[in-house]
Amino acid sequence: MTKTEFPPSIRSRPVYGELEPRAGIFHLIVADGEGADAVIALFAKAADAASMLAKSHILYTAGPNGTDEWDRIAALGAAQAQKAASVPTLLFRLARVLQDVQMGTQIYLTGTEGLMGQAERDIMALGFPHSDIQKEHRGSTVRRVQCVHCKGVTENVRTDPFQCSHCGLHLFVRDHYSRRLAAFQGVNIDAEDRGQVPPPVERFR
Amino acid sequence: MSLDVEYAFDEFFRDETFVDDFTYRNSPAAIRRFPFPFDRDDYMYSVNMEPHVPGRKGSVFEKTFDVDEHYVSEMRDRARILAKDPLRCQSLPHMTLAGWDLLELIMESKAREYPQWFSLTKNGDRWRWINRPLGIDHSFTFLDETTLPCGPMEYITRQTQGDFTLQDEREGTLWVDAGMVTTQADWSLDFDIGMNFHEWHAPVPLAHEKGIFDRALKFLLKLQHGAPVRRFNWTMTVNPLLDTAPETYPEWGYMRTTLNQENMGHMMHLRVELQALFRLPRSNAIAFSIRAYLGKFEELVTVPKWGRRLHRVVRDIHPDLAAYKGFLRNRDAMAEWLSSYDDGAPTSPGWWPED
Amino acid sequence: MSGGPKLNVRVAEVVKVNDLITRFRFVARDGGLLPAFSGGAHTVVEMDDNGTRRLNPYSLMSDPEDRTGYEISVRRDDAGRGGSLYMHRHVRPGMDMVLSHPVNLFPLDNRARKHLFIAGGIGITPFLAMTRQLARFGGRFELHYATRNPALCAYGDSLKAAHGDRVHLYFDEQGDTLPLADLLSRQPLGTHLYCCGPKGMLNWVRSAAATAGWATHAVHFEEFTAPATGAPFAVTLERSGKTLTVGSTQSLLEAMEAAGVDAPYLCRGGACGQCETDVVRCDGRIDHRDHWLTPEDMATNTKIMPCVSRFEGRTLVIDR
Repeated sequence: MTKTEFPPSIRSRPVYGELEPRAGIFHLIVADGEGADAVIALFAKAADAASMLAKSHILYTAGPNGTDEWDRIAALGAAQAQKAASVPTLLFRLARVLQDVQMGTQIYLTGTEGLMGQAERDIMALGFPHSDIQKEHRGSTVRRVQCVHCKGVTENVRTDPFQCSHCGLHLFVRDHYSRRLAAFQGVNIDAEDRGQVPPPVERFR
Repeated sequence: MSLDVEYAFDEFFRDETFVDDFTYRNSPAAIRRFPFPFDRDDYMYSVNMEPHVPGRKGSVFEKTFDVDEHYVSEMRDRARILAKDPLRCQSLPHMTLAGWDLLELIMESKAREYPQWFSLTKNGDRWRWINRPLGIDHSFTFLDETTLPCGPMEYITRQTQGDFTLQDEREGTLWVDAGMVTTQADWSLDFDIGMNFHEWHAPVPLAHEKGIFDRALKFLLKLQHGAPVRRFNWTMTVNPLLDTAPETYPEWGYMRTTLNQENMGHMMHLRVELQALFRLPRSNAIAFSIRAYLGKFEELVTVPKWGRRLHRVVRDIHPDLAAYKGFLRNRDAMAEWLSSYDDGAPTSPGWWPED
Repeated sequence: MSGGPKLNVRVAEVVKVNDLITRFRFVARDGGLLPAFSGGAHTVVEMDDNGTRRLNPYSLMSDPEDRTGYEISVRRDDAGRGGSLYMHRHVRPGMDMVLSHPVNLFPLDNRARKHLFIAGGIGITPFLAMTRQLARFGGRFELHYATRNPALCAYGDSLKAAHGDRVHLYFDEQGDTLPLADLLSRQPLGTHLYCCGPKGMLNWVRSAAATAGWATHAVHFEEFTAPATGAPFAVTLERSGKTLTVGSTQSLLEAMEAAGVDAPYLCRGGACGQCETDVVRCDGRIDHRDHWLTPEDMATNTKIMPCVSRFEGRTLVIDR
């Protein structure tokens, strides 16, 4: 599966590129699900994959659709590679790795928007410029959505509208995206005409 | 946190509400000085910036931060909102210095321009601030947050009408990294904080394609200390709700369905934002003050020129803009109500009521 | 008015720092306070050099919280256009002068976990203000400062006294080289790098940071450059209907101002973009010396920055 094409949207909606090997003292790679394909393609493009792998740390977890390509990641032979049981446990590991990482490290994120966004949020919080983090979307397009009313985040949203998993309001999904929250915005769809909730449509798979 | 405040209402400062029984209204004097935003009979976006220098005496442009008859009630409404939702005021960690810059700017301006209400005395970094309408007399150490009951931006904006955002300048753009937002036209500080200029304006239709935000940003990056600028923005609000926040949309959204020709003049409000922008000295940040003025349709049409013009603007506005501003569903009813105040006579250019 | 609001000041002190550098202190003429500023800011000093109006930008080096006065340091450039010589020869205590409000094109990124400063020679001046501002508010920094020899190491002693081990001095004549590669390889994620110094140093740091894989948005340079001298050239201002000759020690912007044309400006050093002007016709070669225009704009000669750039050739018509 190749990188995802998203329809044109508003300026706050993230856009993703294609991972390219760049010179660095270290390579930190975070991926989920089909992101494994982008990681393998990244090393295939490296002029000296062996020396890049010797300076690489890969954190991986299965995708929200169940895709698990850990065996292929493990087979790459990076200096360090871990499989996390879930996105939250991956983020705990990432926080520990970030404590010791130095400037000159190249950072690569690939897979779903929820994973890339949360990793980006944690890296940014250390003062690292988000625009220098490489990101490539692969796999599922399900969304992480924050309810603007109760502030609760619902993971893996597939339909529009959907019901907030925290407060129960029916929300429509905007393309407006917060990097700080790593989430799209959900807004009550029947605030003006109460009870008139259109049937949900599967927009994100 | 809470400031130790005693709201002092008198014959000038009105005791009124912006919620529940909605007792807000403008005195005849306040109607005459209402910042009517249309200088012609139609409307489309423009950058429309001008130097924020003292304007006509008595107008909302006369002072750096206009204090009017709604001041005390607006500050009470802000305290009410913050008590329910403290996320309406946030400052990312690197913005504290910009908060002090803002506090200094507002205290110095108000003490100079409204000495009957505000006073600031300095003994080195020991400052004493007196705000008579809110009953505050407080000494603190400038640039030492531990001597204030809350952060400097929150402290001073609990005492200043209008929303405020503080923009950090990096990477050739502005980042909205702090703000006090309780009188907003349907945008969420909690969601937008940390975004850059183009990102937080992303939902605005048509303007990106017209290059409005590219030009506005280029202009703002050159904003210099000591040379603030201002512009208008506007929308429509049903009932005098200063706080039309996305957070509380389920509480106020239905009000848009309750309009009819009988209640239109009383319930529909033109909401004008006077936005002033200041480069701050120590932080190099830019402060946006976004001051909302609400005028009831029945108040505005007491000025014949405004009645004619408002009718034409509402009738002819691009539907995408009406939708973005949240009044597309009521637009025809609004135009119908306003049409009886438009005899078709020509209007003079400019926004002043008497010209 | 172009250039923004002004500060009316009086020269309070003129202090020779070493053979090349002189420091000037300005106070408000009315005895009041000047605006506070942010570390890295500059002011544009207006000079009346025997009928030639010069406006030169200099970094503010005093404590940003000291509102009783501003200080700048000026390095004498005997081969320059004359601004530094004017400052050294003619400016005396008691003189009235005019400054711009502070403008910052070299700001700190206050989100940084740590700030790494690299200075060469007179490039130390913005860091004097930045380190004071950071010290006051508790920011973490390291300063690495290279000069030819101890005698030319302006403010080295006072920096050491104020900031101790956070300040590192290097003297080229003693074979003491700034260990750039080593420094770049041991900074925590979230460090931001700032460099101000001679062009050779900027290029050295730029390429070393790229080689070391530094995030490009975490590396900051003080870009503005004094306008250089060059051969005189003619220019036509289409809207004003004037044709001027730009003298060899004059910039195009200065020539327009001398002709009474009100042209916008801010930094006068090719960095801020304020004076960007469309080129109507160009038969010849524009010598682009700014850091503002894109390579495409430069290659197609559709725009010019009159504060620093010059022209060689037959015809230049600009939209001013």
